[in-house]
Amino acid sequence: MKRTLLTGNGAAAWAARLAAVDYIPAFPITPQTEIIETLADWIDTGEITGRLVTMESEHSMVTAAGSAAATGVRVFSATSSQGLLYAMEMLYTVSGWRAPFVLANVSRGLSAPITLEPDHNDILAARDSGFLQIHCASCQEVLDSTLMAYRLAEDERIRLPVIVNLDGFYLSFTREPVEIPDADAARQFVGSFDAENIRFRASAPESQAVAVLGGGPYSYFRYETHLAAINGAAVYDEIAEEFSRRFGRKHDAVEAYRADDADYLFVMMGSFASKAREAVDRLREDGWAIGLLRPRLLRPLPVVHLQKLLAKRKAVAVIDQNISMGMGGILHSELASVLYGRNDAPTVLASFIGGLGGRDISTEEFFEMAQSIRQAVETGQTPAPRLLYTQTELREVRKLQAIAQVERQQLGAIDD
Amino acid sequence: MTDSSDTIRGIKDLPSTHLLGTGTPMCAGCGALEALHVIYDILGSKTVFVNAAGCMTLLSVYPFTPFRGSWLYTAMASAPAGAQGIRDALDILLQQKRITQEEDLEVVVLTGDGAAYGMGLSATSGSMERMLDYIYICYDNEGYGNTGQQYSAATPHAARTSTSHGVSGFAGYKKNLFDIWVAHKPAYVATVIGADPLDLAKKIEKARSMEGPRMIIALSPCPTGWDYDPRETVNIGRLAVKTGVWPLKEYADGEVVHTKIPRQRAPVEEYLKLQGRFAHLFEPERNEVLLAEIQARVDAYWEKVEVAEK
Ligand SMILES: Cc1ncc(C[n+]2csc(CCOP(=O)(O)OP(=O)(O)O)c2C)c(N)n1
Ligand code: SF4
Ligand SMILES: [Mg+2]
Repeated sequence: MKRTLLTGNGAAAWAARLAAVDYIPAFPITPQTEIIETLADWIDTGEITGRLVTMESEHSMVTAAGSAAATGVRVFSATSSQGLLYAMEMLYTVSGWRAPFVLANVSRGLSAPITLEPDHNDILAARDSGFLQIHCASCQEVLDSTLMAYRLAEDERIRLPVIVNLDGFYLSFTREPVEIPDADAARQFVGSFDAENIRFRASAPESQAVAVLGGGPYSYFRYETHLAAINGAAVYDEIAEEFSRRFGRKHDAVEAYRADDADYLFVMMGSFASKAREAVDRLREDGWAIGLLRPRLLRPLPVVHLQKLLAKRKAVAVIDQNISMGMGGILHSELASVLYGRNDAPTVLASFIGGLGGRDISTEEFFEMAQSIRQAVETGQTPAPRLLYTQTELREVRKLQAIAQVERQQLGAIDD
Repeated sequence: MTDSSDTIRGIKDLPSTHLLGTGTPMCAGCGALEALHVIYDILGSKTVFVNAAGCMTLLSVYPFTPFRGSWLYTAMASAPAGAQGIRDALDILLQQKRITQEEDLEVVVLTGDGAAYGMGLSATSGSMERMLDYIYICYDNEGYGNTGQQYSAATPHAARTSTSHGVSGFAGYKKNLFDIWVAHKPAYVATVIGADPLDLAKKIEKARSMEGPRMIIALSPCPTGWDYDPRETVNIGRLAVKTGVWPLKEYADGEVVHTKIPRQRAPVEEYLKLQGRFAHLFEPERNEVLLAEIQARVDAYWEKVEVAEK
C-alpha cells in the first residue's frame, strides 16, 4: 500500500491497473481524457499489459467494450457527458448482453449550452440503461469504487456493466491523498474474471443478443436484467463489507454523515455533498440536529437503506445537481417514490436544484435550505421546488447580455 | 464446408448442400440469403457473425438460429466495432494462452447497405484504419429493406422506393462504396453476387486466406423491395452482371482487377424492365431520357475499364 497525491482521473486509471484489465477501448473527451492517457502511458512503458484501442466514437467504444466483455476478457473504459450520450444506444444494448465491465464517467453538464463543468444530467440519462451506478465524492472513493465495481459487475448474481461516476474538475482534476492498495491485495480482492457461459469459442457456438418476437420473450429478458440489478443491492453490501475488512475503508451504499440523531437531513450525490457536509458541521455548531445522506449506489437504488435512514425525520432537503425538464430534481422523485405510503416517512421532502454546470452551492444557501425545511415543518407546507440562483448571478448574466447588446449596436448589427 | 486446402476451380467444387440452416423468415427468392449460403459454406462454423440492424437480423430469432457457429447482434451503426471487441478479446485470450488456437474464430460482420453505406460507415472506416482482422459482408439490396425499402445511399438512380415514388424515382446516385473502401487500403475488397456463385466462392475463399480487413459487397436482388417475382432472383442477378450494372471486381495489393468483364454487354433495359421499381421508366411511356442516362453511366464506367486494361 502506498499513499500518494492523485487526481480523480489518476485514481480511476490506478483502479483499472490494479484490476489488471485486459482491454480498454477509448475515446477522448474532457474532463475524462487523463484517464485514458494515463493508461496509454503505462501500456507504452510496459508497466501494464492491457491493450488500449482508440475507437472512432463512444458508440463504437461501448460496442467494443461490450463485445470484448462478451468474449470473456476484463474490460475498462471511460467517458463523459456528450460521449456518454453518444453511446446511449449501446449502453442499453450491452447491458442487455449482460456483458460485465466497468465504465468510468466523469460527469459534465450536457449541451446545449455546451459546457465543460460538472453536473449529473449525463450520468442520470443512463439511469435506466441497465448499467449499475456508483457515485463518488472523493478520489479515494473513485479508486475503491472501481475495484468494487468489478466485483459487482462480474458477480454471477448480477452480470451487468457498472458505471463509476466522478464529477468533472471537482474530482477529475483535483489532487487528493489516495491510498493505493498493493497490487496483490487488489488482485486478491477483485479476483479473476470467470466468463463462464459468456464467451465466443469455436467449440461452443453461442448466439448472443438475438432478436425476439413478441412481448413474452422480450419481457422475460428485460425482467431478468431488472432482477439481476436488484440483486446488486445485497451483493453491494457484501462487497463493501469485504472491502472494509481487507482495506479498512467502508463505503456504504448510502453514506450517512452525522445523521443518527438528526431531525433534518440534506440528501445529495457526488462531490458537491462535501459542501453539504461542511454546512452540516456549521449548523451543528449552531445547535441544529441536522445530517447528510449521500447515496453512492444509485442503481440499484438501495431502497431499504434509504427507507431506514429517512424514517422518522422531521424534514429532508433533496439537492439535485440535475434537472429533468418539466419535472425537476431526479433524486427527489426517486426518494418520493421510495417513501410514499410509509407511516414513518418524513412529512417534508423538499426539492432544490443547484450546482448545474458546476455552479457553486454556497454555505449560506445550505443554511437557507435548512431554514426553509424547518419552516415547512412549522407551517405544515412543503415549499415548492426551488432553483438555486442568486440576485448577483442574475445581474451578472444581465450584464453580459447588456454588453453583447451594446457591442452589436456599435458594430451596426442592430439598430439602437 | 470446404477445407482451406481445397481450391475452388469450378462449380463442382462447391458443396451441394448448405451449412446454413433453412426455415428462416427471409422472403422467398431473397438474393442476400442466396449469397449468404455460399459464403457460409466456405467460412463455416468457426465463425462469429456480428450483425447490424437489417433484414438478416431476423435470421436468429430467439431461441433458434440457422448458424452452426456464433452470432452477435449489435445495432445499426456499430457492427464493425463489435467485431473489434471480439477480435481483440480473442487475440488477448490467445496471447495469454487462456484459449487454444482451435478455439479461435473468424470474425465476420454482416450488414445491409443502409448500415454499410451510411450509418455504419464511420465505424467501418475506423476498423479499416486500425487494420482489424475481419471479414465484412455487406448484402446490398439498395435500400432500407427491413423498414420497407426506403431509399438509402446505395439506391440506384431512378429507382422507385417507399420514399421516392415520383415519376423519376430516386433523384440521387448510388454511392461508390467500393472506392471508398479501397481508399482505406484494406487487405481486400470485392464485389460479388449470389447469381455467380463461382466468382463469389473464389473471392470468399481468397478473403479467408488473407489477414486484415476483407471487405465484400454482395449485390442482393430483393423481390420484396425491387418488386419482382421471386423466381427471377438468379436471372436478375445474372443480368446485373451481363448488363454491366454490377461490375464484379476485386482489390488487393493496391490493384483493382475486374474478375468478369462482360464483353458483349446486354442493354441495361433488360435488367431494369424485370423490376417493378423501374416500371415507371417503361410505363405509361418510355422515359428515354432517363434510360439513356442510366445506359450512358454504365457505358462510361466500362469505357474507363477498357482504357485502363489496354
Ligand atoms: C439507430 C437505428 N435507426 C434506425 C433503425 C431502424 N432500422 C432497422 S433495420 C433498418 C434498415 C437497415 O437497412 P440496411 O442496412 O440496408 O439493411 P436491410 O434492412 O436492407 O436488410 C432501419 C433503418 C435502427 N434499428 N437503429
Ligand atoms: S426484403 Fe429483400 S433483402 Fe429483406 S429478406 Fe426480403 S428479399 Fe431479402
Ligand atoms: Mg438494405
